Amino acid sequence: MAASERTWQRPSIFGRREIKWGVYAAVVGFFVWSAWGVGADPSRIFRGLGRGATLLGDFFPPDVTPRQTQRIVDKMIESVAMAMVATVTGIALSVPIGFMAAENLSPKPLYYLNRGFISISRAFNAIIVAILVVKAVGLGPLAGIVTITFKTVGFFSKLLAEDIEDIDPGSVDAVRAAGASPLQMLLYGVVPQIVPRFAGLSVYRWDINIRTSTVVGIVGAGGIGSVLLTAFNRYDYQYVSAILLVIVLVVLVAEGVSAIVRRRYQ
Amino acid sequence: MSSETRRWERFDRRRRLGRTVGWLVALVVFVGSWQFLDMSLVAAETVPREVNDLLTRMYPPDVAYTDEIAAPLVETLHIAALGTAGALVLAVPVALIAAENTTPNRATYWLGKVIVTVSRSVNTIIWALIFVVVFGSGPLAGAVAIAFRSVGFLGKLLGEEIEEIDFGQVEAVRAAGASPVQTLLYGILPQVKPALVGLSVYRWDINVRDSTILGFVGAGGIGVQLFRSVNAFAWQSVAMILLVILGVVIVSEAVSAYARGLVR
Repeated sequence: MAASERTWQRPSIFGRREIKWGVYAAVVGFFVWSAWGVGADPSRIFRGLGRGATLLGDFFPPDVTPRQTQRIVDKMIESVAMAMVATVTGIALSVPIGFMAAENLSPKPLYYLNRGFISISRAFNAIIVAILVVKAVGLGPLAGIVTITFKTVGFFSKLLAEDIEDIDPGSVDAVRAAGASPLQMLLYGVVPQIVPRFAGLSVYRWDINIRTSTVVGIVGAGGIGSVLLTAFNRYDYQYVSAILLVIVLVVLVAEGVSAIVRRRYQ
Repeated sequence: MSSETRRWERFDRRRRLGRTVGWLVALVVFVGSWQFLDMSLVAAETVPREVNDLLTRMYPPDVAYTDEIAAPLVETLHIAALGTAGALVLAVPVALIAAENTTPNRATYWLGKVIVTVSRSVNTIIWALIFVVVFGSGPLAGAVAIAFRSVGFLGKLLGEEIEEIDFGQVEAVRAAGASPVQTLLYGILPQVKPALVGLSVYRWDINVRDSTILGFVGAGGIGVQLFRSVNAFAWQSVAMILLVILGVVIVSEAVSAYARGLVR
């Protein structure tokens, strides 16, 4: 009987088995092509691992001279300061852009313009932005601040716009029905609904900015990154590992602070 | 009457004080940072002009340059794909020991947490600096750097996913006489598979973006071309590369969103 010959097969999102295996084969094929393309042959990897072990010995223990310690401290403070300033300027710029990028508040042309800007800001890595900004405004922390501000705007206004799109239109209608002007509508109908998320997002972005501010120095945009690159170029790996340790610690502290503040606000 | 003098207030005195102090601290830190960095207000005025100048020089993008950037672009995609695959292989054991319900003991749990933390707090470009020393410059170093950066992300989120699974199923499989490997394959894996696929695709999307910068430290990809053009002040070529990167990033984001929609 036909019915008794039917066996159960696990359901699959691909619909048909042929498609499923086809997708798997394509993915595996791409990985093989990739491995061939980047020259990842096993002998090279093993040689690299051997060298990696030697290098690991050079990294430990972290060791610094007093002058180097001073330099790490100075540049780390610069990084953190850059992150602080850029978080504030970035968020200040994000507020209008976020409102203009919210579909329910903004007219269509303005909406697309701001969404486009957000996409561009999000598409490019901070390092690429930093390189261009360094060419435009010169070496130093100013370039870092501009870079981080630009990245903050993309992230923050996107999330802000999404929050604004998710608000309860009822309270906006209520405020409007009470005779509010458009500005009052924003202030009393929209703003109160997004303030709690706003605080959490700001602290979250501050945390990300601290991370970013530790690397933009590699391309000359201020902060501890420049010290790190110099240490690498001098093959002073014990100094490198000391710097890395400081970066990891600062990032951890920022993440901890951000987690605590976000938990209290939400 | 006391009830007449009562006024509605949003916060009690302690919270109001807390908020005021919070705002003050934020303000002081901001102004202090500004002062520390020796930034004058002139900066705010010159920046838009300089950026505008740069953008003018970039227009129009050098379309003829496309041929030269096709190969590096493909290399970038290879780095992202291999890095994600490598990260996935490394992240599964890390996730298993970093999840409270599957980790063998406290020591392995903390080991898992440390791996996740270190991987996440060191930026891709710093990993690339390290692996260029280990493997020599080239895309292999880039792929390994991407993998090491992604392990923390995947390990953390996958670990959280494993902590949420229904442990009854794991015990059922174990009670049927399964070996540890079988328990993993039939008890744990099916429960986290959608998350596993979704997270890997999401990370791949991030990695495409990250792998565009590896070239700066000699770890391959389109970054090599980008930095060469920037240093040669060939701004129109730079604009072309940026446009191509933008296109690739938008496509990979769309692919990633579509694939994540499927598994959700």
